Amino acid sequence: MGGWAIAIHGGAGVDPNLPVERQETAKQLLTRCLNIGISALRSSLPSIDVVELVVRELEADPFFNSGRGSALTTKGTVEMEASIMDGPGRRCGAVSGVSTVKSPVSLARLVMEKSPHSYLAFSGAEEFARQQGVETVDNEYFITEDNVGMLKLAKEANTILFDYRIPTHGLDTCSAAVDSPLVMNGLPISVYAPETVGCVVVDSKGRCAAATSTGGLMNKMMGRIGDSPLIGAGTYACDLCGVSCTGEGEAIIRGTLAREVAAVMEYKGLGLQQAVDYVVKERLDQGKAGLIAVSKDGEVAFGYNCVGMFRGCATEDGFMEVGIWE
Amino acid sequence: MGWAIALHGGAGDIPLNLPPERREPREAALRHCLDIGVAALKHNKSPLDVVELVVRELENNPHFNAGKGSVLTTDGTVEMEACIMDGRTKKCGAVSGLTTVVNAISLARLVMEKTPHIYLAFDGAEAFAREQGVETTDKSHFITSENIERLKQAKEANRVQIDYTQPIPKEPTKETTVADGDSQIGTVGCVAVDNQGNLATATSTGGLVNKMVGRIGDTPIIGAGTYANGFCAVSATGKGESIIQATVARDVAALMEYKGLSLEEAAAYVVGECAPKGTAGLVAVSAKGEVTMQFNTTGMFRACATEDGHSEIAIWPSV
Repeated sequence: MGGWAIAIHGGAGVDPNLPVERQETAKQLLTRCLNIGISALRSSLPSIDVVELVVRELEADPFFNSGRGSALTTKGTVEMEASIMDGPGRRCGAVSGVSTVKSPVSLARLVMEKSPHSYLAFSGAEEFARQQGVETVDNEYFITEDNVGMLKLAKEANTILFDYRIPTHGLDTCSAAVDSPLVMNGLPISVYAPETVGCVVVDSKGRCAAATSTGGLMNKMMGRIGDSPLIGAGTYACDLCGVSCTGEGEAIIRGTLAREVAAVMEYKGLGLQQAVDYVVKERLDQGKAGLIAVSKDGEVAFGYNCVGMFRGCATEDGFMEVGIWE
Repeated sequence: MGWAIALHGGAGDIPLNLPPERREPREAALRHCLDIGVAALKHNKSPLDVVELVVRELENNPHFNAGKGSVLTTDGTVEMEACIMDGRTKKCGAVSGLTTVVNAISLARLVMEKTPHIYLAFDGAEAFAREQGVETTDKSHFITSENIERLKQAKEANRVQIDYTQPIPKEPTKETTVADGDSQIGTVGCVAVDNQGNLATATSTGGLVNKMVGRIGDTPIIGAGTYANGFCAVSATGKGESIIQATVARDVAALMEYKGLSLEEAAAYVVGECAPKGTAGLVAVSAKGEVTMQFNTTGMFRACATEDGHSEIAIWPSV
């Protein structure tokens, strides 16, 4: 017990037919980011710094849905969001609707530390970014060919199936080739798309921190905010633990998933893994999601109720693991 | 069991010597909103309908910090946000950054019922409003001279701080007390339960005086300012940043569920122990028809009623 621990994720809900080369690329990326976090922890960087630096790394890589490689809105643009929380003192920062800032998680940290607020969005967030002098780029920087292709697919399916103005009873006669149409929040939503990145860390002083970053849902409505920037939903950290969630944003919000893990530890006295299992089993209703968590005692845990979650974790005693499936 | 309803018009540093011309219109508004909420419950309207209609009424009243009468951003503009949640299904809807929508709470309800999402903000939310044909108006409609004055005084106070060359304080004292003594923070909200135990909550606000453009508070964050499930419905008000950190609304319900506390005990714990003094208040009802209204600020504009005939309208702590 005790000692540092780190967990990262690259999204829950993985295409079961993901080609092997893509799986390998994912595992290499997770391993690289995990190692960056581990080095930082060995250099005694506090957990809040470690989660930020690991998520920055995940944002910079186009493989996962955050920063570069973010999912696209219905207009083909990128609107990113992120949040970060520091367990001691429960300080937090979040941003939404970020379109030119290279590292949304770092902007979220600046909101926490350099503004009188906890959450800034859209033009206000972009303005703050300029005031703070953070690195900005054109919106095109974040857009990848892969995602342009995915958006096209999602739109083709949507115009026949998933447009929320069209009733669902046309589903079975539709000719678009969709193997497993997803239902979200009671309405059909999208094809498979990668989903969010996150990192949770407890340092050797027992301080927990969490950070999450995403481009959101493929083909989302302009202005749609998901769970990732919402404290208590996608991200939470307190004295007991640090949690980052991924999956169907709407289900995570309804279940206040990240806070829930801490609440059952605090109010029901559950241990970390028990809390994670309980929350995934009992708090998701029809929703599909996953989460990673660390406790102040150096434990690490994860859980998900969907097909796969890109993840990695490591603890001070030398344990290290990267995975996608069960 | 029985129906119950509670509503608030904001918690904050409401001075005990609030002059009658500032106190009476608000008390009258609270009474009026309580009456229409109670009438709706007696007519078997769903709690979700009740909380929406009461909050619409509060939004339309220029004396509260929501809809017309919303406080101003540092640019002198209005950015409204709102949130609604159905305890029975845990479906919810939220909006932020609205500038022309007359009733933010109704748009939040449309997000919940007419989209696959929960939360829409800024331009996207305004576009959705037009698609849905909700009532919109000129941005100037929401701005009152009182709020122009509040903003002016807040900016003057900030300027004084800067003259002392102190860094922007990280501790929560961002509000400045205005000469007329009105509270700077506030929000409106309503919670209701019918005699079947179905719960609902709704909250709406203009946010913090002199807030940065794009600042989002606790109101639209499920679990922070607004939450309802099978145990209770909660609407919080106060310093948004503190309510977010303390996940106020969710924690009241969590304490009931996981520690078996009563509604009253859970609310008292959250307001007393989890949010710093001077930052939070809430109204809540339970599935059993109980009601509680608690705050750790000087006062909270509030009103409640239960089926057994109890009713209350108040501003400061009851003696």
